[in-house]
Amino acid sequence: MAALLEIRNLSKSFGGVAANVDISFDVAPGEILGLLGPNGAGKTSLFNSISGEVTPDVGEILLEGRRISGLGPVACAMAGIARTFQVVRSFDSMSVRENVMVGAFTRLGSTRAAMAQADETMEFCGLTRRADAPAHMLSPAEKRRLEVARALATGPKILLLDEMLTGLTPTEAQEGVALVRAVQARGITILMVEHVMEVVLPLVSRAIVLNLGRVLTIGTPAEIVKHPEVIRAYLGDRYAAG
Amino acid sequence: MQNAITLRRRRELITAAILLVLLIVLPLPFHDPYTRNLMILTLLYAALAQSWNILGGTCGQISLGHSLYFGVGAYVSTLLFVWHGVPPWFGMLAAAAVAGLLALLVGWPCFRLSGHYYAIATVVVQEIAYLLFLNWDYIGGASGVYVPFHGQSWMNLQFRTAKLPYFYVMLGFFALTWIAAWLIEGSRWGFSWRAVKDDVIAARSLGVRVFPSKMAAAAISGGLTGVGGAIFAQFVGYIDPDSILSGPLSILIALPAVLGGVGTLWGPLLGAVVLIPLRELSSTFLGSSGSGVDLMLYGALIMVVALMRPQGLVSLFQRGRNGSAS
Amino acid sequence: MTFDQIMQVALSGLLMGLIYALVAAGLSLIFGLMDVVNFAHGELMMVAMYAAFTLWQVSGLDPMIMLPLVALLMFGLGMAVYRLLIARALAVRFNKGMVQIFVTFGLAIFIRGAAQMVFGGEFRAVTGTVLADRSWHLGGIFLPLPQLAAGFVCLLAFGALFLIGRTEFGRALEATREDRDAVALIGIDRDRIFSLGWGLGAATLGVAGVMLAGFYYVSPNVGANFALIAYVTVALGGFGSLMGALVAGLLIGEVEAVTAQLLEPSLKQVGMFAIYLAVLMFRPRGLFGKI
Repeated sequence: MAALLEIRNLSKSFGGVAANVDISFDVAPGEILGLLGPNGAGKTSLFNSISGEVTPDVGEILLEGRRISGLGPVACAMAGIARTFQVVRSFDSMSVRENVMVGAFTRLGSTRAAMAQADETMEFCGLTRRADAPAHMLSPAEKRRLEVARALATGPKILLLDEMLTGLTPTEAQEGVALVRAVQARGITILMVEHVMEVVLPLVSRAIVLNLGRVLTIGTPAEIVKHPEVIRAYLGDRYAAG
Repeated sequence: MQNAITLRRRRELITAAILLVLLIVLPLPFHDPYTRNLMILTLLYAALAQSWNILGGTCGQISLGHSLYFGVGAYVSTLLFVWHGVPPWFGMLAAAAVAGLLALLVGWPCFRLSGHYYAIATVVVQEIAYLLFLNWDYIGGASGVYVPFHGQSWMNLQFRTAKLPYFYVMLGFFALTWIAAWLIEGSRWGFSWRAVKDDVIAARSLGVRVFPSKMAAAAISGGLTGVGGAIFAQFVGYIDPDSILSGPLSILIALPAVLGGVGTLWGPLLGAVVLIPLRELSSTFLGSSGSGVDLMLYGALIMVVALMRPQGLVSLFQRGRNGSAS
Repeated sequence: MTFDQIMQVALSGLLMGLIYALVAAGLSLIFGLMDVVNFAHGELMMVAMYAAFTLWQVSGLDPMIMLPLVALLMFGLGMAVYRLLIARALAVRFNKGMVQIFVTFGLAIFIRGAAQMVFGGEFRAVTGTVLADRSWHLGGIFLPLPQLAAGFVCLLAFGALFLIGRTEFGRALEATREDRDAVALIGIDRDRIFSLGWGLGAATLGVAGVMLAGFYYVSPNVGANFALIAYVTVALGGFGSLMGALVAGLLIGEVEAVTAQLLEPSLKQVGMFAIYLAVLMFRPRGLFGKI
């Protein structure tokens, strides 16, 4: 099966500091791929390259075989890449519904159509109750949902989730996991950066671990957990097996 | 489809309809030309400010040189009328087209300039136009252009002494600008501009591209302002660069919107209703001897509103769109 | 055109350009410091001119002697404007950029009205001073002394500004300009710097205004002309750059003089506006702009 997203030898530096070094991997259509690694490993930087905010210095990114690296965030969004932000970026002068409509307008021209799409997406994400609340008055968990809803409304092929589950209560995290599964069930591929291992490992089919800008390993959750270098990277030498 | 947004939109339309009816009957009890004149001017500036607001408020590009479109529109329509006898109703269309095109030409290079630089660039462009028109003797130069009176007719928008017809034409013009603003606000463009104003990075990540819609906003804003110029020319019967292409006029076009509430639907009307009578009255009673007190009042009002109520006077009447205090 | 005529045009353009440069320097200083375009800049200069005129009328002394006094008064006025208006405008959370534009605009109109109320709309002139109506003959070139003196003083003022840039205050100004959010960390009181910056900007207008009063008519609208030229000059030179203000001012002065000669005097500003727009298209930051 052809890969949906291909990352080929991607490298990116910021002012002399190498954020990503020679990263290559594929994302299969319909899978949930985890992007893990300690702080400073280069996860967000990689995200930014995929979503178009940043242009890689070396290498390329292909979506369904078409080059999208360096095209900018708008072109990437039109191509089918949607993302959430680690620190929620809601449109605070607008209501939840209006926020989601902005996403819907990516592919739809008429306000009526965008409203209908927003209704559907809000329902899917459990935000209908808060549809007319101002975005800035949402609880943190609701704001995360809004980020997802807004991104989903664009009708993406792949959804990039940036630490969506971090900092939530266990209940909220479980609801978040259910939402991610539901998104996958719709046929949308997911690439998620996550910090909280216990929550993300049961969710993903595969995971990539980054460390110091490079790919440490790619594998199933079971393999990752037992990988000595992964353990060392996260917990330090003392906890490494053997 | 029924939701908070559609309900609000419907309320706005109903309010507008009621207001329209009120305005239609408003001038009838007042027969003196001074009062009627005041009403006509108030509606004119409300309409001009509403047009300005499409670019300056909703789209966020503060233009301080908008008299460019007013003046060019007036010249286009008037010269067509004076030289070729073209009725001003068609002249208005020509004025809209030329002014709109001009707005695109100005916007194309200038939109990538940030706020202050953009404002100054609009002033400079307008000043260049002013100087050029002032020295262009073929179209009248500093002496301006007189609109010859061809007899009372609706076709030519000329009336001997009656002011009432002009009032209704102005009302129609204002209604046009209001509808344009209302339509744009609820459209995809309106959403994209607000998104960009709130968070440009998030907006871009959702595929919001702003340049094409900004160009459209500029064309509509400039075109409508040009129509205002065409109507004004028939109303006063004489145009010259000092009266229709000046810096102070540019400010006067923007000011009702700023006073009333930039980016709001009712702001320009509210601002005009407060500002224009105030200005005319203070000019008549305080400024006739050139005493400058009217300017001081005017300037103080601007400073106070800008500092105390930057959201504009409209915010005194509402608690915010979604039930939250502004 | 003879060589003398060319030199006449060139030199008078240069002298006027020095004044434009000084006016622009004050504007650039304020903008570079706090990202506020002072739309009342021209009117503040008009205040300085009226101050010079009034002091001359009252005392009979040459306005140039009043220079330090006027500069000091303007310094105080600048600080007052900052404290009473600008500081409040900066504190507004809604639509900051627009608030700044219209607050300073309102101030401009207010000052113009006040000038009209106090002095009336007629044109006033300072006459009969030491330098008035005298010029320096250099071959076939006539350089009016008041303009010459103005150019000289403006040059000195620029020198002073450059020197101030080297003092601790100057460095604090520069630091605040570079990163106004971080300076609190190194003990710079940002509010005080802004206040002093406005004072300095207004003081430069004081110098320019006094010298201008020596040969230019004073009226409530005189500020508006110079203001627009100042904005163009600053945008051309680059907001925040002192050298840019000087170079751009000289350039604008020359372009104006040449345009007046080649086209006609009433069109003399078209040249500088065209240059401004051209530069802006290719270099939005201006010639020396750091922002």
